[in-house]
Amino acid sequence: MKKKRSKHEFRANTLPAMVTVGPMVLLLIFLVVAPLIFVAVMSFCQTDQYYNVVYKFTAENYSKLISPDYLKIYGQSILIALLTTIVCIIIGYPFAYIIARCKSKKKKLLYMLVIVPFWTNSLIRIYGWRTFLGSNGWLNSVLQNLHIIKEPVDFLYKTGTTVLGMVYCLIPFMILPLYTAIEKLDGSLLEASSDLGAKPYKTFLEVIIPLTSGGIFSGSIMVFIPCLGYFFVSNILGGGNTDMIGNLIERQFKSANNWPLGAALSIILIVVTLILVKIYQKLGGDMEDLGV
Amino acid sequence: MNNTKRMRKKMRNKALSVLFCVLVYLFLFLPISVIVANSFNATTSKPYMMWKGFTLDWYSKLFDNTLLLESFENTMIIAIVSTLLATVIGTLGAVGMYRYRFKGKGIINGLLYIPVVIPEIVIGIALLTLFSKVNIPRGMITLILAHVSFSVPFVIFNVRARLSGYDKSVEEASMDLGANRIVTFFEVTLPILAPGIGGGALLAFTLSIDDVIISYFVNGQTKTYPLKVMESIKSGVAPDVNALSTLILIGTIVLVTLTQSDILKRKGK
Repeated sequence: MKKKRSKHEFRANTLPAMVTVGPMVLLLIFLVVAPLIFVAVMSFCQTDQYYNVVYKFTAENYSKLISPDYLKIYGQSILIALLTTIVCIIIGYPFAYIIARCKSKKKKLLYMLVIVPFWTNSLIRIYGWRTFLGSNGWLNSVLQNLHIIKEPVDFLYKTGTTVLGMVYCLIPFMILPLYTAIEKLDGSLLEASSDLGAKPYKTFLEVIIPLTSGGIFSGSIMVFIPCLGYFFVSNILGGGNTDMIGNLIERQFKSANNWPLGAALSIILIVVTLILVKIYQKLGGDMEDLGV
Repeated sequence: MNNTKRMRKKMRNKALSVLFCVLVYLFLFLPISVIVANSFNATTSKPYMMWKGFTLDWYSKLFDNTLLLESFENTMIIAIVSTLLATVIGTLGAVGMYRYRFKGKGIINGLLYIPVVIPEIVIGIALLTLFSKVNIPRGMITLILAHVSFSVPFVIFNVRARLSGYDKSVEEASMDLGANRIVTFFEVTLPILAPGIGGGALLAFTLSIDDVIISYFVNGQTKTYPLKVMESIKSGVAPDVNALSTLILIGTIVLVTLTQSDILKRKGK
């Protein structure tokens, strides 16, 4: 009797569970978990004189991480990622607010228009900015022809340029969660607030902002973290002056060929990500809001 | 008197918000316009930035640039294959996670967020170190594997969103009427989940064709279209690359307008 039940259990639950969830679990184990564990292992490895990885324990890679040159780049990374997040909120919030409060047909079109630019490859769009801003770029030609400036101004290779590129790449990840949060806002609460005599700015600060803070938090996570790794933006627009931790990692794997050091640098990014996600959860953020 | 003042204030606010939106859209579309304009640029000297007049030459030259076309072909093959795989694996996974009991569900769920929140560069180098350790030659296969791994979670989240409003009793009805599990899955479950699956697949496809960072580490000698662009950046991106981008953009707009349905409502990353 008992055996029969377990056989039924197998056919009704265990077997279909294995068939459906199995491939996904294999994928997660072999293509997500294993590689990350392997990075952690490699961060403790040495290299021989030809820069081949030697599987012998060392903590040296981690001691290299606190060299002054690197510390400067971490500071720069945090500065750029922070500025990018703040600018994304300042532009993204009012923008998301305005389109989320439009009439439904118009709203859909305006929303689509945010997504359309992202159908063109991000690299080539960032290169578009370079063509526009460079010292012999289009903005300079226009300004010179209008006699606003005499000599070409180089807008490139500055912290601001990299922030501009980052904002450009990442702003949809701020706008979309804000849009969802603002769309859910109950209009009657806003009316109640103003009926009770609150000035618009007060309604905004004490009703609207707290009710949409979830969107601000998830948007900030989705902007800040990837920003640290977008090495191509600072490569193209910062030209080496605005290197970030992503650039350091890229170099170890592509030109300097010191994989263990690159792995140790990646561990920093993993730790930063975990800490930020924990803070996000502590603040009441829902992991599901980070997904889509 | 007071009323007209208020009206005027309202009008002013409205004008300001329209102006603000226009500025944001200008910002979003500025580099696109540069790309499109530069595809008609008659310049032939590097770095192809000076405007030298209008030409359509680059659109015909594009078809002689076999390396560029080949990279585009690679991108399409990788996107189609990885989207198909990710959609099948993700849909099955989402349904299984929703329906069956098993140990470690919470852990699996947590693991799904890793590719979403961890910076792409970390995923890229992690896959590179693993592929080189187990000696999988880098190329088409590693690119496809990598693309499947980062798009599966997005398919799952989309399908799951659809499952949350799902009524299990329709499946029971189907089974009561004599259909077996497999027939029920294809005839009842799948059609109900279709919008979620479609949305997830579309997302997987866009992520795949746009991916630079992860592909950059696992490609070996195989060049995808974004990697081809990356390669040409140092010497200046030639206008034929812009021409191809313009064609792709037009193609996507046409495709999306034709298939415009609720699939697109959920499109995020």
